[in-house]
Amino acid sequence: MRATLRRRSTIGVATLAVAALALSGCAATEEEATSDADCSAYADYLGNEGTEVEMYTTIVSPEADLFQESFLDFEECTGITINWNGSQEFEAQLPVRVAGGTAPDLAIFPQPGLLAAMVATGEMVPASSAVAASVDANYTPDWKNYGTVDGTFYAAPLGANVKSFVWYSPKTFADNGWAIPSTWSELLALSDTIAATDVQPWCVGFGSGEATGWVGTDWMEDLMLRFQDAATYDKWVSNEMKFNDPKVAEVLAEAGKILKNPDYVGDVAAIATTTFQDGGAGIVDGSCAMHRQASFIGGILAGDYGAEIVTPADTDVEGGITTFYFPGVSADNKPALGGGEFVGAFSDRPEVQAVQLYLTSADWNNKKASLGGWFSAHLGLDTANVADPVNAVAVEILQNATTFRFDASDLMPAAVGAGTFWKEMTAWVAEDKADKAVLDAIQAGWPAS
Amino acid sequence: MSIQADKPAKKIKVAKPSKEPSAGVKKMKDAFSSPWASFAAIVIAIFWTIPTFGLLVSSFRPELDINNSGWWTFFLSPNVTLENYESALFQGTAVTPPLSQYFFNSFAITLPAAIFPLTLAVFAAYALAWFDFKGKNFIFFGIFALQVIPLQMSLVPLLQLFAKGLVFGDSVLIPPLGITGTYIPIWIAHTIFALPLAIFLMHNFLRQIPRELIEAARVDGAGWFSLFRQVVFPLSIPAIASFAIFQFLWVWNDLLVGLTFGGGVKDIAPLTVRLAEMVGTRGSNWEVLTAGAFISMIVPLIVFFALQRYFVRGLLAGSVKG
Repeated sequence: MRATLRRRSTIGVATLAVAALALSGCAATEEEATSDADCSAYADYLGNEGTEVEMYTTIVSPEADLFQESFLDFEECTGITINWNGSQEFEAQLPVRVAGGTAPDLAIFPQPGLLAAMVATGEMVPASSAVAASVDANYTPDWKNYGTVDGTFYAAPLGANVKSFVWYSPKTFADNGWAIPSTWSELLALSDTIAATDVQPWCVGFGSGEATGWVGTDWMEDLMLRFQDAATYDKWVSNEMKFNDPKVAEVLAEAGKILKNPDYVGDVAAIATTTFQDGGAGIVDGSCAMHRQASFIGGILAGDYGAEIVTPADTDVEGGITTFYFPGVSADNKPALGGGEFVGAFSDRPEVQAVQLYLTSADWNNKKASLGGWFSAHLGLDTANVADPVNAVAVEILQNATTFRFDASDLMPAAVGAGTFWKEMTAWVAEDKADKAVLDAIQAGWPAS
Repeated sequence: MSIQADKPAKKIKVAKPSKEPSAGVKKMKDAFSSPWASFAAIVIAIFWTIPTFGLLVSSFRPELDINNSGWWTFFLSPNVTLENYESALFQGTAVTPPLSQYFFNSFAITLPAAIFPLTLAVFAAYALAWFDFKGKNFIFFGIFALQVIPLQMSLVPLLQLFAKGLVFGDSVLIPPLGITGTYIPIWIAHTIFALPLAIFLMHNFLRQIPRELIEAARVDGAGWFSLFRQVVFPLSIPAIASFAIFQFLWVWNDLLVGLTFGGGVKDIAPLTVRLAEMVGTRGSNWEVLTAGAFISMIVPLIVFFALQRYFVRGLLAGSVKG
């Protein structure tokens, strides 16, 4: 009896193992995409047939699939295979791989701080003169500066995002006769008007797993650029101006006018536990009117919450959402807050440099943008090629912005930018921590240099 | 307790045959099998299972439902779909193959990474337990002590060894091995990390084999190897099986070692690496993750249920002597 039992269970295991292997066999057929592209555009990148370039990044599927698609013609014409290697553990794994001697060929840095740390290891290769020339010609100096460490240019800009957006539903606004505000005081006045109705003026969610609080830092940064000038912003980032400076306190107080006003946001403490994805859901179903968030939230709301991204003129679409520019103090004060990725190389092999150069070309930027859900700060990017209306607006903002500043929390030391700043902004709403206590705590957490 | 009360108790103990469980063990046994203990165990089991159960329910719900309401609302308006499983298992792209592809990788990593340390550990434990040679205890203690070294500490040095070899100044002690991007570093790393505990457990188990048995076999003319093959190995099957299960489950569920030593190369990445990325860049695809999590649980569950007899017995193997 015992033997029978044992045999039966062994057979069970074997059957399932065979089934699993069979499944993996079935799915192994990969689609071979063919293209009839004109290869003359790729003359600059030839001479590297049969080589492979590993690109290590935080970007995984489904977003990564569009990147792969945009490389098809390039790969076919040049014979360079781009191995896209996306990992959510990128930021932890990259230092390990570099220290362990298995550095990738190219890495897409989601923030300049990590770039500086990698340059410090001495394993990175400065950008070739061709890449530098292309970046000079195609991007504003602000962007090149962010790829430069200690005067040496390392990493070329890739994608971009813009954070200075307020998302809303044109239908809700039109039905209620609300107008788009063009200054900060108009925005507060509109919030008061909305608060008098049964619609909640603002939906806010800080929740993002262990990164909870970053939404709050974005609010601070956007208002910092508006109430202070760009030079002050840079001093704030480098801590030349202390975090508990009166100027910063003034900005936090302005942010509190919205974020800590229960008439505007409902339960203030609940902001900390609402995820940033769910935070935007209220504007889709009409339970709240406005949501300040970067351009990427549109894709999430469309994908997971049944929203449809429309233009401001589409006032009759149920669940339609779009954006207006997060207004400045005055109507002519229009700074842009955003972020971007930078491609840095750990190898000076010619095919690696060819790929790095290709990513700065107008050809690739237009091709990638036309696939949707993506844009860059490339000056040669034609807004007609940008797939969705919100991103087209974002490109215009970037190309016309006189002041562009990078997300401050990405530039600050990780202990602050990915630590105390997030935590204290969360405590600010969750525990109703006082402004002064919040700023003092962040300043105290600034690493001594 | 008074001395008078103690004395009779001792007498009884002496009078009883030694095979009977001692009073302490019996007391413990009673305590664990009392209805209250069973009740507590059941309550704990239920609480422990609720999140997993919620995950299971979620994995069968359509994406919009998952995003809009909690899994418990499923019972009010059941709305079942297999779409999540389908997209998790079969929908792949050029960049990310479907999950089913990763099953092969996980097996290719797990089977050798369970067999290598086991084989080495059994032989090493056999030698340490029954051979007489100088420094035996010292070696055994050294191996035992290696357990305190955290795995995380050795990640970078090991990676360097695999990628750059070992170089002191100008002299190359070990040339670069050229094995990065293959399964080999993962196998070696798992083997290294498993060996101290494996040898320790197997050694303690093998020591329990009665000396008379070994000596009788020796007298009958068995060499060390045939002694191992015909006496020691058959007797240690339960311990070997239980450690094999432990190691299999540990390697199957491992993310850190697979991620680090795989160099992030997706052709050899185990299931867990893909699972960690399944939610997408912005964490919005988690309806697929619910299904993916259950798919990855299938193999450990099969292994556990198929071999649970050994599992329970093996938990005690080597850990409690006498």
